[in-house]
Amino acid sequence: MEARIARSTVVAPLAGGDHGRVATDSREPAVEVVGLTKRYGAVWALAGLDLSVERGECVALLGPNGAGKTTTVEILEGYRTPTAGSVSVLGKDPGRAGEAWRARIGIVLQDATDQGLLTVGEVVRHFAAYYPSPRDPEEVIAAVGLVEKRSTRVVGLSGGQRRRLDVALGLVGRPELLFLDEPTTGFDPEARRQFWELIAALRKDGTTILLTTHYLDEAEHLADRVAMVVAGRVAATGTPASLRSGPTVVSWRDAGGALRREETATPTQFVTALAAHFGGEVPELAVQPRTLEDAYLRLLSAEGALA
Amino acid sequence: MSSVALAPTPHGTPAVPSWRRALGIGWLRVGVELKELVRSPMALMFTVLFPLILFVIFGSVFTGYVAPGVTFSQYFAAGMIASGAFYAGFQNLAIAVPLERDNRTLKRLRGTPMPPAAYFIGKTGSVIAVYVVQVALLIGLGSLFGDLHPPAAAGQWLTFAWVSLLGLAATSLCGLAASGLIRRSEGAAAIVSPVVVVLQFISGVFFQYNHLPTWMHDIASVFPLRWLALGMRSVFLPARFAAFEPGGGGWQHGLTAVVLAVWAVVGFVVAARRFRWFNEPRGQAFSPRRRRGTMSP
Repeated sequence: MEARIARSTVVAPLAGGDHGRVATDSREPAVEVVGLTKRYGAVWALAGLDLSVERGECVALLGPNGAGKTTTVEILEGYRTPTAGSVSVLGKDPGRAGEAWRARIGIVLQDATDQGLLTVGEVVRHFAAYYPSPRDPEEVIAAVGLVEKRSTRVVGLSGGQRRRLDVALGLVGRPELLFLDEPTTGFDPEARRQFWELIAALRKDGTTILLTTHYLDEAEHLADRVAMVVAGRVAATGTPASLRSGPTVVSWRDAGGALRREETATPTQFVTALAAHFGGEVPELAVQPRTLEDAYLRLLSAEGALA
Repeated sequence: MSSVALAPTPHGTPAVPSWRRALGIGWLRVGVELKELVRSPMALMFTVLFPLILFVIFGSVFTGYVAPGVTFSQYFAAGMIASGAFYAGFQNLAIAVPLERDNRTLKRLRGTPMPPAAYFIGKTGSVIAVYVVQVALLIGLGSLFGDLHPPAAAGQWLTFAWVSLLGLAATSLCGLAASGLIRRSEGAAAIVSPVVVVLQFISGVFFQYNHLPTWMHDIASVFPLRWLALGMRSVFLPARFAAFEPGGGGWQHGLTAVVLAVWAVVGFVVAARRFRWFNEPRGQAFSPRRRRGTMSP
């Protein structure tokens, strides 16, 4: 197992983010959003979203499709203007911020098919030239595991490789704050694990990261904090552990042969009572801590977002 | 994770003035644009080869004289050189820019510190490159197999330069304006190509202008191609042909400059108002306010 992991780790280390030298107030949050709303025609995509991301923190926006994750990120990136609410990203209003502000953020787009006729190397080198202190393009290409594809035209990349190029273009400007909109969609499990390693390395360098995902394991693995977005609001926020914490899940098969599942704050008492009920062994008994998925699904059904 | 020592360049304080940054990055954009053009068989076919094929076919079918000492091939070559500005500016941009909006090129660029002017500098480079290559090939083919004579006098080259520049400005800015009005890239060619072909028919490119009905003159005179074609005839045809131009004859350089400049201004105003770096999300497409004034293929 260990050997397999070691061999598969083609991700090269990335030089430091060097954000210590940045003459900005690192005590103020990287992202501060209060009462954000966004309306498209008659549809409210965001209905009063609050969010705060500290410097150096990795926060995951978790939620079903259409919950408002992408709209939120696009407002923070400066692409869209909110209908109401206050937004501050690295101390600026993204809607009015200029080139100097854009040099400090990195954006990984969700559904791009651009730059197809250029090679991976050409694209990364070209975009590096836009930034005042970019990362070494070769280093970034290595970091996303595309060294062998350096001279391949972008149209010739697989879906997963294309996404890794998107990540490379988000990183090349040495951003203080990196936006990742569903970064691992279309990745195979191996590419996903490599991507997680890359994000872990960036976090170590102090890069602030805001990502959206609908993979629970991804949020749990990467994020310091998870904000669950449901129907244009943050329905719950906290560390993955705190969101998970709560009742224990006890499951068993009842006399009728159906699989039963109960959440309880007093599992010992519950199991004792269950044992008494069965007069001994409980069929297929399992006692487990609540998973993030349990918490997530409960939240969705409570908000009526689950059909 | 070893930190590499880097020069302490603080973020967000570009050491060079913004116009020089825009020019520098714009120059890099020109390189990218040309690379993409050269590597795209479709773009090369549409913008460079297609006018040449038209020239060869029409030039072979229609022979004879349009006036004493002026062959149809000469007349047609001048019209195709004028059309070159339309292909390089209007057609090129009105098709390429919506494509770049749909595939997220523009959205990506907007999310970087690239000065917006740099993108337009890059496009200018691509437009000029396409035009120069087209005109060079047309003049080459025209002189080899037709009766086209590259102008001998410096004054004619000067006319060629200003007509070309004003023409490219007008057609490019109208192309950018059209790119803002076209919603989806798949339909762009279906809207743009007929516009160019119809203008070529009524503006004296495919047919001799002084043989067209007056009402057609009235329509064509509103649009820039008729004036571009007239300007190019004043460069590539003998001076005595001016007498055959309608409306009492003459090359009407002053009016040509005015019409082209007006179209450049109109194109600029519309482009400035309608140019988009990305499309609104789907929800907004259904709101009536957004829909108005948008061409849907």
